[in-house]
Amino acid sequence: MGLDFSVIPEYLDIVLWGAAWTIAITIGAAIVSFFGGIFLAVVALYASIFVRLPFRAFAFLFMGTPLLLQLFLIYFGLVQVGIDVPAFMAGVIGLGLHFAVYNSELLQTSILAVDKGQVEAARTLGLSRMQALRKVVIPQAIRDVVPPIGNNMIALLKDSALVSVIGVSELTLSAQRAIGSTYRPFEFYVLVAVIYYIINIFMEAAQRRVERRIQASK
Amino acid sequence: MTDQKPFIDIRHAQKSFGTLEVLKDINLQVQKGQIVAIIGPSGSGKSTLLRAINDLDPLTGGEVWLEDKRINKTLPHSQYEKHINLVRQEIGMVFQHFNLFPHLKVRENVTLAPKMLKGLSGTEANKLAEEQLEKVGMLERIDYYPSQLSGGQKQRVAIARALAMNPKVMLFDEATSALDPELVEEVNLVMKKLAQEHMTMIIVTHEMSFAEAVCDKVLFMDQGVVVEEGPPEVIFRNPKNDRTKEFLRKHLAGQNA
Repeated sequence: MGLDFSVIPEYLDIVLWGAAWTIAITIGAAIVSFFGGIFLAVVALYASIFVRLPFRAFAFLFMGTPLLLQLFLIYFGLVQVGIDVPAFMAGVIGLGLHFAVYNSELLQTSILAVDKGQVEAARTLGLSRMQALRKVVIPQAIRDVVPPIGNNMIALLKDSALVSVIGVSELTLSAQRAIGSTYRPFEFYVLVAVIYYIINIFMEAAQRRVERRIQASK
Repeated sequence: MTDQKPFIDIRHAQKSFGTLEVLKDINLQVQKGQIVAIIGPSGSGKSTLLRAINDLDPLTGGEVWLEDKRINKTLPHSQYEKHINLVRQEIGMVFQHFNLFPHLKVRENVTLAPKMLKGLSGTEANKLAEEQLEKVGMLERIDYYPSQLSGGQKQRVAIARALAMNPKVMLFDEATSALDPELVEEVNLVMKKLAQEHMTMIIVTHEMSFAEAVCDKVLFMDQGVVVEEGPPEVIFRNPKNDRTKEFLRKHLAGQNA
C-alpha cells in the first residue's frame, strides 16, 4: 500500500481546527506559566517559611511527576472531590502550572543576579520592597531569561499533544480522528508534524523579536 | 547660623558588624543649605555614615534626625517600612555606580518614582522629567537607554532622577569615583549648580579640590571616628591633626604621581 496524500484535503478542516486548539492551549498555558512562574519565584525567594513550604511541595510535585499524570489528576481526579474542570481548562492549567514551575526556577536565579544597587536606588527614591521588585527587579530578571523561557514555551507547545489524552480535540487528537476514518497514519502524522513545525517557526520568530527589543536597552 | 536647629542631626552614631566597629560615636550636624564633605581613606566608614542617613545601612546605635523627624526610630516592621519609604522620598541619593535602571529609558528613570509615589499623571511626569533633565543638561538624551550614555551622562541622569522627587537633602556617595577623569568635570558642574541653589548636600568624595571649592564644612574620618572637622580652608590648608595631615599629603602625592 503506497502513500496517498490526496486524502488530506477532505480532512484538512478537522486538522486545522485541531491546530487552532493547539495554539489556544499553548497561548493559554504560556500565560499561566509566565505569571505563575513570576508568582512562584517571588514566593520562593521572599515569602515567609509557612507560605514557602507548601508552594515548594507543590513545585516538587510538578517537577517530580509526569505531566501526563498531572493532567489525569486535574481532569479525572478533581471531579471526585467536586471540582469539575472542563478538558480544555484542565489542559491549560496542567500545562501552565507544569511550566510555571520551570519558569520559576529560571526566574529565581535571574532575580538573585540583578545588581543589588538596583534595589538600593529604587528604595532610596522611596519605593517599597514590593514596588522595587515589581518595577525594577522583575523586569530586569525577565529580560535575562527570555531565551530559556522561550525554549520552555517551545517545549510547552510540543507537550500540548499530551492534552489529547483527556479528550481535547487539539492537533494530535484531530489527526488520530482523521486516521481513524482513512487508515492513513503516515500521511496525517507527517501533516501534523509539519503544522507543529510551522507553529514552532512563528514562536521562534516572536522570541527573536522580543530579544531584539530587549537588546536595545542592554 | 550656629544657634539654629540643625537640618540633619546625627547623634552618637554607632555601627558594628559583629565585633568590627565601623562607626564609633559619630556626631554630625548639617544646617539647611549647608554643603558638607566627608573625606577619609577607604574603610574609614564615610560611606557607611552617609548610607546610615537614609537607613540603607541601619545604625546599631545612635540617632539620625531630619528636621524634627527621627529617621531611624523603633517601630514594628510594617510601620517602619512605611515610615522609611516616606523619609527616603525627602532624601535624594547618588551612587558611585549610578544605578540607573537599565531597562528603562532616561525619561522613565526620572518619572518612575514621581509617578508611583506622588501620583503624577503621564503629562505632569513628562514635564517634570524634561525640567530636571534640562537642569543637568541631559534633555536631548531623554529617549535614550542608560546603556547608550557615557558615565558622566549616566551620573547626571541619576542626579536628575533623585531631584525629581524634590528632596530636601542630597547625598552623594563618591559620585565621580567611577568616572574617567575627563568626565568628572561635567558632574562636578551639576553639583556646583545645586550648591548655588542652596541644596543641602552631604558629599562623600575623593576630590579634594572640589570639596575645597564647594563645601562649607569638611569632616575627615579615619577608622570609624571623625578625626577632624572644620571649614575647608582650615582642613585643607591648615589641618591640626597629624592623621589629617598624613592623609592629605599622601592624597596629594597620589594625585600628582
